[in-house]
Amino acid sequence: MQHLDDEKIKFLESTAQQIREDIIAMLLAAGSGHTAGPLGMVDVFTALYFHILRHDSANPQWEDRDRLILSNGHICPVLYATMARAGYFAPDELKTLRKFGSRLQGHPHRMMLAGLETSSGPLGCGTSQAVGMAIAARMDKKKWQVYALLGDGELDAGNNWEAFMLAGKLKLDNLTILIDRNNIQIDGMTEDIMPMEPIRAKFEAFNWHVIDINGHDFYDIINGFAMAKGIYEKPVCIISHNIPGKGIESIEFDFAWHGMPPKDAAQADDFLNQLRTLKGKIKSEHE
Amino acid sequence: MPVNPNAKLVENLFAPDIKQEPTRAGYGEGLKRLGETHPNVVALCADLTGSTMTKKFADAYPNRFIQVGVAEQNLVTVASGMAAAGKIPYIASYTMFCPGRAWEQVRTTICYNDQPVKIAGAHAGVSVGPDGATHQAIEDMAIMRVIPNMQVFAACDAIENRKVTMAIADTGKPAFFRFQREKTPVFTTEETPFEIGKAQVYWEGDGVAIVACGPLVYNALLAARDLEAEGISCMVINNASIKPMDEDVVIAAAKKCGAVVTVEEHQVMGGMGSRVAEILAQQCPVPMEFVGVHDRFGESGEPNQLIEHFGMGVGSIKEAVKSVLARKK
Repeated sequence: MQHLDDEKIKFLESTAQQIREDIIAMLLAAGSGHTAGPLGMVDVFTALYFHILRHDSANPQWEDRDRLILSNGHICPVLYATMARAGYFAPDELKTLRKFGSRLQGHPHRMMLAGLETSSGPLGCGTSQAVGMAIAARMDKKKWQVYALLGDGELDAGNNWEAFMLAGKLKLDNLTILIDRNNIQIDGMTEDIMPMEPIRAKFEAFNWHVIDINGHDFYDIINGFAMAKGIYEKPVCIISHNIPGKGIESIEFDFAWHGMPPKDAAQADDFLNQLRTLKGKIKSEHE
Repeated sequence: MPVNPNAKLVENLFAPDIKQEPTRAGYGEGLKRLGETHPNVVALCADLTGSTMTKKFADAYPNRFIQVGVAEQNLVTVASGMAAAGKIPYIASYTMFCPGRAWEQVRTTICYNDQPVKIAGAHAGVSVGPDGATHQAIEDMAIMRVIPNMQVFAACDAIENRKVTMAIADTGKPAFFRFQREKTPVFTTEETPFEIGKAQVYWEGDGVAIVACGPLVYNALLAARDLEAEGISCMVINNASIKPMDEDVVIAAAKKCGAVVTVEEHQVMGGMGSRVAEILAQQCPVPMEFVGVHDRFGESGEPNQLIEHFGMGVGSIKEAVKSVLARKK
């Protein structure tokens, strides 16, 4: 992993700000899609694509790249915006999200966009695909890491727990999953829909190593992944405590924004204003 | 006797002591042979290594075998991930559970991604026997053939199932192939042709075309032999490649015979016979009869007893032939 200093932190913060603006703009243009989840995961995605992952946007099929699986495909606006800013395609294309003929499908499709490791949307089966990749990497003695990003709501799905069991059994230490712990899902708060806590204890019982991080603090995110890489003989679960809708104060924590885009240009403008005045509110301690 | 000589069937085709072997043995043998020739072939199983015959491979290549436990959704999706990382995974369970339980994962993670995962469906059909309807998959070909990118096969005996197992390794495509628990006649030989997308004429005739798949092909041959004695000429086609299906052979048979009977150990809705009907409705409409299970669940019983009870025995095939003949113009 690259060296992390205050200058890099500033770069990551400004990149994240740009990606948040991209997300608002693309959701407004699309007229449908998810707002809260993508905004809450911007800092994690930025840290991954601009600091943690070994990848090459000019050569998406690079054999030794780290594999990143997005399990909860519905937060793809943040994936697309981050990939565009990381050089996979021109940011102009972001406004084609969810439109006919676009490579940016409403839920990601591997066969359409180079750089995607899988197609996703139906929840609960990203971890198991990551487990398969991690097994294959171990068989072939490959050094690349496998990462899977999950929503907390999709922990309801049984396929996940089948995968957690298998990863624990096989001691897949080349596998790290990150749970977007934003506490919301479509129908309400996760603990009302289907209580998931204690998440840490559940994973530990499945023989995983668990790391809690603040998903809006770049030092914390990056240190979490660095620590995960050093864990031996256990898969790692990073519980990323995230604020849904992060950056737009008026919608933060509101599950109603799980599956809604900004309703019109005026609202999008309002959101962008809130974003642009964000500076100072969540600035890093190092600024 | 109008056996097609090019089919290279066994000499003692109708001998009472014809060799019997379960089709699943062909999977076990084929998979083990692939282990020798294909370093990228891996096998996964959901707690049924013995009965699916995955054990042969698992014993020979323990480092290329993954036991996932009773977790068919995981079986499918872990395999998808392994395929994405360059492996050719063969996954096995009972057909009822995989693909049965994991349909959406098969569609999204295997077919939509176009990953070369090979789904081996063991214990297909009512011939599973005493286990009863919960374990008798008779809907699997329907739910698999409707998914884009998926190929579907149903071999007629152990030798052909070995050929299917090995032929699909290098396609780069997803595949589902079903096979049975019980011993059934081994009536093809090493020389009998099998090719993806091709149907094979096993018995020549021009009155009615019997298009069959799976071990019931043998029942179709028995029916054709009996009917010949009654003066009714039948053509028997082994239609093992359900998808892609050999449209040319199916259409040519319908044109030549003017009437078609399909035979499969599966619901008549959505299976092999339905695909034949889709082809003929467009290209060469002729009277048809469908031998298979008609919108019912199976039940416990001895395999042959159930094949008879659900109308897939030799007698039922003969009745279907006579019925379709009566409607032939």
